[in-house]
Amino acid sequence: MAQPRTMDMPDLSNAIVAQDEMGRPFIIVRDQGNKQRQHGLEAKKSHILAARSVASIIKTSLGPRGLDKILISPDGEITITNDGATILSQMELENEVAKLLVQLSKSQDDEIGDGTTGVVVLASALLDQALELIEKGIHPIKIANGFDEAAKVAIRKLEGSTDDVALNKSEFHEYLFKAAKTSLGSKIVSKTHDKFANMAVDAVTAVMDEERKDVQFDLIKLEGRVGGSLEESSLINGVIIDKDFSHPQMPKQVLPKEGETGVKVAILTCPFEPPKPKTKHKLDISSVEEYQKLQNYEQDKFKEMIQYVKDSGADVVICQWGFDDEANHLLLQNKLPAVRWVGGQELELIAIATEGRIVPRFQDLSKEKLGTCKRVYEVEFGTTRDRMLVVEQGATNSKTVTCFIRGSNKMIVDEAKRALHDSLCVVRNLVKDSRVVYGGGAAEVTMSIAVSEEADRQKGIDQYAFRAFAQALDTIPMTLAENSGLDPIETLTTLKSKQIKEHTSVFGVDCLGKGSNNMKELFVVDPFIGKKQQILLATQLCRMILKIDNVIISGKDAY
Amino acid sequence: MSVQIFGDQVVEERGENARMSAFVGAIAVADLVKSTLGPKGMDKLLQSASSDQSIVTNDGATILKSIPLDNPAAKVLVNLSKVQDDEIGDGTTSVTVLSGELLREAEKLIEQSKIHPQTVIEGYRIASRAALKALEEVAVDNSKDPVKFRDDLVKIAKTTLSSKILSQDKEQFAELATEAILRLKGNTNLEHIQIIKILGGNLEDSFLDDGFLLAKKFGTNQPKRVENAKILIANTGLDSDKVKIFGTKFKSNSTSGIAQLERAERERMKGKVEKISKFGINTFVNRQLIYDYPEQLFSDKGINSVEHADFEGVERLALATGGDVVSTFDDPEHCRLGECDLIEEIVIGEETFLRFSGCKVREACSIVLRGATLQVLDEAERSLHDALGVLSQTTREPRTVLGGGCAEMVMSRAVDTAAQSTDGKRAMAVEAFARALRQLPTILADNAGLDSGELVTRLRAAAYGGLSSAGLDLTRGELGDMRELGIVESFTLKRAVVRAAAEASEVLLRVDHVVRARPRTAGRAQ
Repeated sequence: MAQPRTMDMPDLSNAIVAQDEMGRPFIIVRDQGNKQRQHGLEAKKSHILAARSVASIIKTSLGPRGLDKILISPDGEITITNDGATILSQMELENEVAKLLVQLSKSQDDEIGDGTTGVVVLASALLDQALELIEKGIHPIKIANGFDEAAKVAIRKLEGSTDDVALNKSEFHEYLFKAAKTSLGSKIVSKTHDKFANMAVDAVTAVMDEERKDVQFDLIKLEGRVGGSLEESSLINGVIIDKDFSHPQMPKQVLPKEGETGVKVAILTCPFEPPKPKTKHKLDISSVEEYQKLQNYEQDKFKEMIQYVKDSGADVVICQWGFDDEANHLLLQNKLPAVRWVGGQELELIAIATEGRIVPRFQDLSKEKLGTCKRVYEVEFGTTRDRMLVVEQGATNSKTVTCFIRGSNKMIVDEAKRALHDSLCVVRNLVKDSRVVYGGGAAEVTMSIAVSEEADRQKGIDQYAFRAFAQALDTIPMTLAENSGLDPIETLTTLKSKQIKEHTSVFGVDCLGKGSNNMKELFVVDPFIGKKQQILLATQLCRMILKIDNVIISGKDAY
Repeated sequence: MSVQIFGDQVVEERGENARMSAFVGAIAVADLVKSTLGPKGMDKLLQSASSDQSIVTNDGATILKSIPLDNPAAKVLVNLSKVQDDEIGDGTTSVTVLSGELLREAEKLIEQSKIHPQTVIEGYRIASRAALKALEEVAVDNSKDPVKFRDDLVKIAKTTLSSKILSQDKEQFAELATEAILRLKGNTNLEHIQIIKILGGNLEDSFLDDGFLLAKKFGTNQPKRVENAKILIANTGLDSDKVKIFGTKFKSNSTSGIAQLERAERERMKGKVEKISKFGINTFVNRQLIYDYPEQLFSDKGINSVEHADFEGVERLALATGGDVVSTFDDPEHCRLGECDLIEEIVIGEETFLRFSGCKVREACSIVLRGATLQVLDEAERSLHDALGVLSQTTREPRTVLGGGCAEMVMSRAVDTAAQSTDGKRAMAVEAFARALRQLPTILADNAGLDSGELVTRLRAAAYGGLSSAGLDLTRGELGDMRELGIVESFTLKRAVVRAAAEASEVLLRVDHVVRARPRTAGRAQ
């Protein structure tokens, strides 16, 4: 008797029955070959290699001498950037572990806003080290535990080596400026370094809430526009909107009326149009009189609307909705410059900037609800009819600012926006927590020394994990040195011996060839919470990847 | 063991390769438009693949806009020239060529001397600062003296136009453009200058109309001539003036009801016309349509009506005649009417226009271009647009510099001086920047078929020797004094070219990695 065949039963859920030309049936099982499975050491190795490839791409963006990447989207749009999170999110990665790294840099971006490249480089270095230990036969979970312990030691050391810069108020501002400069160092805007750093600091200090030590980012608007040069970027006290006055003959600039201190702004969310009740309705007219009545009603309605605005004493009307031609003209005739179709978010910003109330109905409009600002004016650009409207803020308590970025092409403007956002984050972080550590890899070197010292005191396998962790931390200064064209090993060893000899953590990589390793003198500082977050996130991710031992990729659709 | 982290068809270029592809793309684009530079530059004929249309042009931005490019660096340069076009209007070729040359120099430094790109950037920054400073020093401001300033404007227009199709008639067009710009009184919105292209005639027959032209006719049977016109410019519905309240419906049980309503509607229209006629006008221009009935009513009242003058038309007319654009008619006292001495229907080529002459304000104007073919007209319009753009920017920033490679040479000299006091490897980059600047006069001479090596070195000797007005006289093929020759360029233009080119080359120099996503296949499977 024939032995039963021991072939694996194919997954028949995907099977279809077909017939050949002779009419004989046969079964096709789809996607069987697409299903993949990796497990054990092989899976881990492949993960770690994937992480390594990702890191190797963005590694060269680290530091002031780091370079940019061109990313081409499926539609041929180009992004040129130095920002780790942006690079990773637009790279169209397919590998699962690589996607985790993308998430990692994104969460650093969301939390801190800066250091998105560093965190990925660190995570991949940790994984690299872990791979060696795994090959030695150490259990991945043990490695992960060891890393966790090491991270605690590192952060403790980091916390000990911080400097609080808020102690001296006058110097604090200076420090904010330096920190903003450090974060901008690696970006294209370093061309006009001081300008952008100042912009970041001024923007944050303008809107910050000193009591709560918080900065509401919604109040800082980033507006970019091609044309001009980076040097022409500026910080505007108030709001810029991409709109112009609704009627071409309205004045291009509105100044306060005589005797008044500010321009009164009416902020409306009701259209200058005949009313449209929201309830579904039908109005039937059956006689001519009614028709005429309706006509008059309509006209009166327009006049009434304008009268309400006029009575409130407004100088400028900013409206979320559109205007009817007739209303538009009436506004002009009544010398009420108006702006239509202003987006909800912008409307809110204007309301905050002018301390006005957003008024949903004409009837509710009153003098108290109007906002006040210094002036409202249109700016023109180049030879096209593009115009933007600036609402300049007067001396009000609440503040909104707009960072207005110019640049010679689209890519540079976009990148400058991203860079400025990063440095805004850095400044905000310092406002929240004023402790700083030193940049240029100095903090990493300090932590690495502390962790490797601690390693010898560990019992058992943790020793290995500690040493591995210390080595992973060394990757950051080494990469910085490499990107700056210095000898990585020589630089690192010099830094370590210097830090140990002088018991300080101010020595870092001299990326710009300034001739000094003293980061305190060079004012290269990073916020403490940013660094701490980097270590924590990288360690966590590492643990997560080390725990995976089985990957099943189900067959994908062929599309 | 290597791991594939990208999806299918994702292309990745790294390090040297990425940088090379950026350089090569940018240099190729620059070389493409290089030959259009200068008074002896040649045009390009662009043929569309999808339609039979073809364009003949000399305008860098237009050329680059029309070619589909795939290289990312090339796209950066295209965007660069587009921005230059929007901002200044001219110099779109120069900016592309200069950034191409900067990258070519940078490539040499990186490939041969193994200098870090960031060091090159550092050098370029020092150099562009020095160049701009020098440019600012030689810039001349004549805005105090209106006669001199006007002269400057004409010269700038001539310089700009000399490289275009209009170079034969550049005197005439330069005057024309200057006159048009001065009428705008400092406004830089070129929409206020209407360029009307009419086939036929010669480029020489083009003119700037003394008044204002509107490509419309009066209503039927209305007089073709209105003297001492009082014009009401309106934007209102005169077709069927609907009730605007949402959801209104007329319900009638009988035909007589409908007849009554019809009458009411007519009355309403009549009322509106009645109100309009109270303004004491003899001409009525509406942005929207005017139906036969109101038109007839206007005729009865002796008011000439013009329908469907589009948005720009109405806006320009308001600027030219000084009237308000009106939409409600209850308040004649508060409304400024447009005024002009004479409105008449004229025919140019085969088209009928309304000419408003003797306008009060004249802040908008019309230029009529005549030419033999559509391509000629289009190119003439582009050239004129360039000239108008530069002029309007000059009214805002009145300083001027000298053309003919003179400004470039002055900058190059300043940059070379800066290089001498710069230490380290970046000094080489500073020198490279100066070389790139000198490429512009070289290309000018090359395009004119002159011995560029000889001429440019002589120019350099002259400029470095302190002759700050020496430049290339390309018509005679020798050095000349640019100030005497009247080859003047706008300072804003030159500054924008240097700044933008430096910024763009910096962007591209910083690149060391290109990741190209899988192209979207427009929904087609695979």
